[in-house]
Formats: sequence, structure tokens, C-alpha cells
Amino acid sequence: MGKTLAEKVWDAHVVRKGEGEGANAQPDLLFIDLHLVHEVTSPQAFEGLRLAGRQLRRVDLTIATEDHNTPTLDIDKPIADLTSRTQIETLRANCKEFGVRLHSLGDKEQGIVHVVGPQLGLTQPGMTVVCGDSHTSTHGAFGALAMGIGTSEVEHVMATQTLSLKPFKTMAINVEGTLRPGVTAKDIILAVIAKIGTGGGQGYVLEYRGSAIRALSMDARMTICNMSIEAGARAGMVAPDQTTYDYMQGRPHAPEGADWDAAVEYWNTLNTDADASFDVEVDLDADTLEPFVTWGTNPGQGVSLSAKVPSPEDFGDENAKAAAERALQYMGLEAGTPMKDIRVDTVFLGSCTNSRIEDLRAAADIIRGREKDPKVRMLVVPGSARVRLEAEAEGLDKVFKEFGAEWRFAGCSMCLGMNPDQLEPGERCASTSNRNFEGRQGKGGRTHLVSPVVAAATAVRGTLSSPSDLESAAAGTLTGIAV
Amino acid sequence: MEAFTTHTGIGVPLRQSNVDTDQIIPAVYLKRITRTGFEDALFAAWRKDESFILNQAPFNAGSVLVAGPDFGTGSSREHAVWALKDYGFKAVLSSRFADIFRGNSGKQGLLAAQVAQDDIELIWKVLENHPGTEVKVDLVSKTVECGNVVAPFEIDDYTRWRLLEGLDDIGLTLQHESDITAYEATRPSFKPKTLPAKVDA
Repeated sequence: MGKTLAEKVWDAHVVRKGEGEGANAQPDLLFIDLHLVHEVTSPQAFEGLRLAGRQLRRVDLTIATEDHNTPTLDIDKPIADLTSRTQIETLRANCKEFGVRLHSLGDKEQGIVHVVGPQLGLTQPGMTVVCGDSHTSTHGAFGALAMGIGTSEVEHVMATQTLSLKPFKTMAINVEGTLRPGVTAKDIILAVIAKIGTGGGQGYVLEYRGSAIRALSMDARMTICNMSIEAGARAGMVAPDQTTYDYMQGRPHAPEGADWDAAVEYWNTLNTDADASFDVEVDLDADTLEPFVTWGTNPGQGVSLSAKVPSPEDFGDENAKAAAERALQYMGLEAGTPMKDIRVDTVFLGSCTNSRIEDLRAAADIIRGREKDPKVRMLVVPGSARVRLEAEAEGLDKVFKEFGAEWRFAGCSMCLGMNPDQLEPGERCASTSNRNFEGRQGKGGRTHLVSPVVAAATAVRGTLSSPSDLESAAAGTLTGIAV
Repeated sequence: MEAFTTHTGIGVPLRQSNVDTDQIIPAVYLKRITRTGFEDALFAAWRKDESFILNQAPFNAGSVLVAGPDFGTGSSREHAVWALKDYGFKAVLSSRFADIFRGNSGKQGLLAAQVAQDDIELIWKVLENHPGTEVKVDLVSKTVECGNVVAPFEIDDYTRWRLLEGLDDIGLTLQHESDITAYEATRPSFKPKTLPAKVDA
């Protein structure tokens, strides 16, 4: 029988097969091709190495950047928050001591770790990629097996360049059809999570397949794989194809010459065999998909933007009912309210989910020539210093600034508010990030997860809006004039 | 790592599903560079509410957390496990755990015991009707006991073995260092390296 993409990548990295069979099998020891490091989950791992007198086994397969704590304003000044500054300084000292390549604040390659790896061409098909960050699943967009790990595992990879892992089950997410205008990769993944739930992917590697996925750009595929973790999955993957190769070619660390040819020959084998079978298959219809938005406090609590806030009574399961009640209370929402009537205070365009150049372009296209709702604050935080430079070269910064948005420096920013970019208690935010947990964006803050184009349209109208609402509003005005 | 065989301690009923890592430990507490001292960070936002269960005796002295399904969803932060341990928890019972949280627990000697939701409900009732009741978690027999409730729990055999023996992962892996070296020799040349650094102008 054939193999799935995930099984092929897994098998190609087995250093040592675990003894035993089935449920009682020991884990396999897998080789790790790329280890991404940032300031939050690494200090205790470096300390562990130091205490044990160990070095990094493969410093040439390791790269670090600063992202979670970094300010997005005044980056040339010392970091004001002392604990944040200490954590950044600790990373710098550790990288120096152990010889790890580091892209620090102010460097052109600094940025969110999951934006930096792909843009440098370090993320490639068929690799195993790990990082002490759950959104490492992002790199699966290249057909890599990429997963988030905890700090003990970070130390383990540093010391051995391997991880002990039990094989995952496989789940196919089949997305067939064509997305309508204004519907994006973010809406696909929010709909998938709403469908299978925040625990639906537990124990699985997801493979996103189908014509709608094939039609997506790399930036869009990264958005989808990024949020696999929000469905509980350890990893998400898309088989590499010409779109992948076009993205890769010419990047600083992409193979060249004969190596490129050898690589492409190998990458062409990285797809699920026709006679392979998945443990579970889930279908989603792209043709009928609408812009999606969350109403609650976990990423599975989402609905179409044209729908209403659900009632706890809509849920059969007692736990889901209780969770909905609690979420509505926290979010300050009443069941039955049309989602589009919900007014926001802040719009956040950024995070490892949606801060790449295409996300910025898509949002800029919506707001160009339009005015921001004066009551709404909008933050635009590019995913990396290089994305910021690229956007500025295209004049996107001017579009955002003229619109009245704040144009910031790169980092994780308001996705999790480890730096000063936070919501105030009760403040409501349309956010292109990945988690709407209680207090995620600041204590008492209320988050609605949306796509970049919905974020942009929402900044124009002040209420949760889709791009098509702007068109119909314009049409309405014209009709008014004609009458 | 300290070995784990059995533990008996006050059970804490946490009647909530999807207890995510941002609730277990908010991001603001992740700035520390130590591996201990996170007891004040555990459920920091919820603990500001006087009615929260850990603000009530005898639950504040609890060491076995009994939670709803999908415990530990969200981020990979091992700080969530450190915070639970630093507070004094030795075991968490839930019908479903997020994968990364479960893995992190196993590395740190916190027992993540998967108990059927029906049994969780029975244990919740005992703990709510008789606050201070102890829960016995026995990793040898893979059972939990609370009042008159005795229930089996699931944990994978490898994690169970490591917990029972208190084994260090890195030491275990380095026993196979020659296998790693042999694998490295077979890696194709087109695979990227981070050094020497290449960047665009």
C-alpha cells in the first residue's frame, strides 16, 4: 500500500525505529533538519545544556531570531520593559556563547520566526522543522513535517538534533472548488476548525488537499498550515508543487545548480500516493464558503460573517453549552446579534498567521482611497523586517498611514501582547491572528479572528464587515444620488 | 526527573472545557528565564476572582486537578507545566489533552491521566459534595480512586515507563549517538544549512 505525504517525510527521517509494535511501540527517533529558536522558550534549554556541560550538536541547522517580546515602536532604543529586555539579552548571550546564528532587532532578517525561516529559503519540502512555538505548523505549507515543541524538547534537539516521537495518525482535509472574491485561506482554516473542533485534530497530522488548496499561493498555504494547531493537530501539510518551487527558487538558502535539480527530483516524490489511505477524511466546499469570524473564546467558536451570534441552546453537548455561555459573557455579546452589527475598537493586522507581504497587499487594496472609521485604531505589524521593507518599496506603508493606521516594526506584537501592544480590558478587536483566548491580546481584551480583507473592511466601517459590504455601501450611495 | 509511582492528594474540580495555555499561564509570565518560581503565575487571571476554586480552602491545597475535556490547548509553552508543578499539582485528569501539553507533562514528571468524561463527572460530584476528598492516582495500576469512584486512566506505555523510572530523555537518546552519526552521513547535500549565513542584499 502507498504512503501519505506525512508518512514519507517521517520515514525519511527515522534515525532509529522504536522497538515493539502498535500501541506498545516505543517512539521512533527522528532527525531534525531545522531548529528555529526565539527568546521565550529557549533560555531554560540553554541553561540545561550549560548545567550538563553539553554543546549544540548541529549549530549549522539552528537559527534564532527575536520576535515575541520585541517592541514595534522605537526599536533603536533600549527595551523599556526590564523582564522583556532581560529575556532578549539572555538570547543574545546564549547565541554568542553557543555559536548560534541570530537575527536581532534592527537586522533586516529579524522577524517572526515562522516568517523568517521561509523567506530565507531555509524551510524546504520534505524537511523536519521544529521550534519551541506551537505555530511551527506554518512551515508545513512547503510539504515539511513541522511542529511545535516544549522547552525540554528544545533542549533535546539542541543536544541531539533528534526528537523521540510516536507516529501520528493522518487526516485529509479535502477542499474542492473555487473561493469567491473576498474569501481567503483564513476563512478556509477557520471553517475547518469550526467543523472539526479545537480537539478534532488531536493526534493527527493534517494534509490539506484539493483544487482550492492547489490554487493558493505559498503565503496563503502558510496561513492554513499555521492554524492546524488551533484544530488540535500537531502539524499540517500541503504537498509541494510548482507554486512551491517558484517561491523557493532564488531565496538565499535555496539549493542552486545541480543541487536544485536533485532537490526538485526529490520534492516531486513528496505527495500522497494514489493507493495510500488516511485515517480520517474531512471535506469542505470552497464554492459556498463565506468570510468567517469567531464570536467566542476558542478558535472553534466561529461562524460565517453573515450569521448571528449563536445561543448556548444551539449546542447539544453540555460542555459546549457551558463553554458558549461563558464565552458570550466574556465577549460581552448577546445571542442573536448579527455578527456584522458588532462594533470594534481596534483592528490588528499581523501575526505569524497573516503578516506576510500578500496579506498586507490584500488589506491595502481594500482600504486604498477609503477612510478609516475615526473611532477605530488600526495597527499594521509586518511579519518581518524584510516584509516591512518590501511593503515600503511598494508604497503600502503610505496607503496604511494615509488611511490612519499605525505602521509598526516587525514582531509577534498584539497577537499575544508580550510587548506593549495590548488591548485594554473590555476593548474589542478584529484580529488577523490565531487565538481568541480570554486575555490573549491583553487582560480583558475581546478578540474576533478574521482574515486580512475582513480586518481592512472592518477598519473602514467600524463594525465587522466583509469587503463586499464596502461595494454594496458604495452602490447604495450611488443609487441614492440617482434617485 | 523524579520518578512517579503513586500520588494521593486533595482533588480540585475544574468544571471547564478547553482550558487553554493562556489561562494556565498568561503570556506576561513567560518572560522569565528560570525554570522554577511560576507558582504565582498559575491561572493568574482567574485567581484574581475570589470565587475561583483555587482561592477556596481546602482546594487551594490541592495536588490533583480534575478538568474538563481538551485541557492544555494552545501554545507549546512548557511554562504551563512548570506553573502547575510549582503550585503543587502532581497530576491532571481530563478526558482529552492537547498533544503538546501532554508531551511536555511527560518530560517534567507531571502525570496527565486521560480519564473517561463519565468518570470525570463522577469524580467532580464527589469533590464538590465532599470538598477536601483525596484522589489517589496509581501509575502502576493505571487507576484513579476518589471516594467510592474507581476509574481506569490511559497513558501511553513509553511515557508511563519513563515516569515510573524517572528517566532523562537526552541521556536515553545519547545512548544511540552512533545511529545519529550514521544518519547524518546519509543526508543529501541539497538540504540547507543555517551556517554560513546567506542573506539577500
